[in-house]
Amino acid sequence: MQNKHEKVEKNVGLFFLFTVIAISIGGLVEITPLFFQKELTTPVDNLKPYTALQMEGRDIYIREGCNNCHSQMIRPFRAETERYGHYSVAGEHVWEHPFLWGSKRTGPDLARVGGRYSDDWHIAHLIDPRSVVPESNMPSFKWLAENTLDGEITGKKLKTFNWLTRNRSHKDENGNAIPLYTQAEIDGAKDAVKGKTEMDALVAYLQSLGHALK
Amino acid sequence: MSSFWNAWVWVLTLGTLVGCFILLRWCLKNFAGVEEGESMGHTFDGIEELNNPLPQWWSTFFLLTIVWAFGYIALYGLGNWTGLLGWKSSNQGILNIAESKAKTLEYLKKDSGVLVQYDREMAQADAKYGPIFEAYAARSIEDLATDSEALKVGQRLFLHNCSQCHGSDARGTTGFPNLADKDWLYGGTTEQIKESIMHGRKALGMMAWAGAVGGEEGVKEVAAYVISLSGRSVNADLAKAGKAKFGICAGCHGSDGQGSLALGLPMGAPNLSDNIWLYGGSQRAIEESIRNGRAGVMPPWSDILGEEKVHVISAYVYSLSQD
Repeated sequence: MQNKHEKVEKNVGLFFLFTVIAISIGGLVEITPLFFQKELTTPVDNLKPYTALQMEGRDIYIREGCNNCHSQMIRPFRAETERYGHYSVAGEHVWEHPFLWGSKRTGPDLARVGGRYSDDWHIAHLIDPRSVVPESNMPSFKWLAENTLDGEITGKKLKTFNWLTRNRSHKDENGNAIPLYTQAEIDGAKDAVKGKTEMDALVAYLQSLGHALK
Repeated sequence: MSSFWNAWVWVLTLGTLVGCFILLRWCLKNFAGVEEGESMGHTFDGIEELNNPLPQWWSTFFLLTIVWAFGYIALYGLGNWTGLLGWKSSNQGILNIAESKAKTLEYLKKDSGVLVQYDREMAQADAKYGPIFEAYAARSIEDLATDSEALKVGQRLFLHNCSQCHGSDARGTTGFPNLADKDWLYGGTTEQIKESIMHGRKALGMMAWAGAVGGEEGVKEVAAYVISLSGRSVNADLAKAGKAKFGICAGCHGSDGQGSLALGLPMGAPNLSDNIWLYGGSQRAIEESIRNGRAGVMPPWSDILGEEKVHVISAYVYSLSQD
């Protein structure tokens, strides 16, 4: 009998096709069903959209790569919840685009850092981390205090998030979706952030983290 | 999970496992038309290709992974089926803390054959540590402050939660108060310390005063007077002019700069006459404080740590200034 396997080995297109099928099965089983789970598309009761300033702070968090060293995902182990608070739940993250769970903790988890430190502490810590935590190996981010925001595209960002979360927003009593941002908030976004420093924005974002689960 | 997605998971998973088994069986067949171990007829540089089967150890391990998969599914479940162990890492679909607590209670109450790993871990820790904290909570903070075991617990909690601002030796740094001296902003009694940790503190009223004291010149004058309060020598003319403007400061800091605590007021205005400086005691630092204002904030910890732990931390903090 002819060795049929030889056909696959000698035909790169066929081999590619079979490889794609083989490696997609894990994703099809483990990931695809999640898109259709109610608990992964329902926001927790107290989830609030980021304000314009917090939204800008979030983009600075992404720009500076904070998520490379800080996770935002508290796992359900006592060792983590004793330090960081209640473990993270799906409904806290349904409006995150992209999510910032991170995958490595060089620094501590930040999922519930909001309210744990004063604004003054965050500013001192971002300008010179070792001034408050001597053993810290976090880099300084002092330029954040010098850069100011112009807010040119802040409104657009809010509008985009309205669209991104259109199927996952809170519902009113009639079951209609409530958009994250009203038109007035989108229109006022520029004025809300204009002239603020990137430091103000990042601190506002950090202070907003983790209050949704109440 | 809806029945469609449940079926999807089951069919794909079992299909893949059975498929892997069929693939292994198929690959173990001899397709070459040549006896096993005989030459395939290729030689290159004196190396001859033989018709060798897959190594026995390799195919055995492949088979074992399939057996392992079935065992794993049986114990931990698949799709909506929870498996023989009924194991879950944590409660799912939580929308608020009350719901989370209710689900935990439900799990702990009934013997439903479900094993929620996290809830079990917390219940075990509670059984071990709960009575210790309960016993501490029943004692007064003054009493705990003399108990070296309790102080060790308090210190550990302090290092985890408080040292980021107040320092690992509790001596603070610029902008974050020293807790190991006898100088307090909001009071050093056991009740006041516990209140500060439980509900936080917010310094009130130290706004940017540059305008109110008459611009840059006024800032210099008031700063000179403030420096003179702790007995340092200053330009007497500047200090005199500053004293005349100190009236607006006296509302919080007191007419002699003795601080709001001495006046029994809760706004956290420091004593300016003791040469202990939260934001630095240099002329420049004091001018900066007057010019731009200061607003120290102590976050509330009752929701994060709970009263029992705050009670022990309070004892540790209280002990630092007792000698």
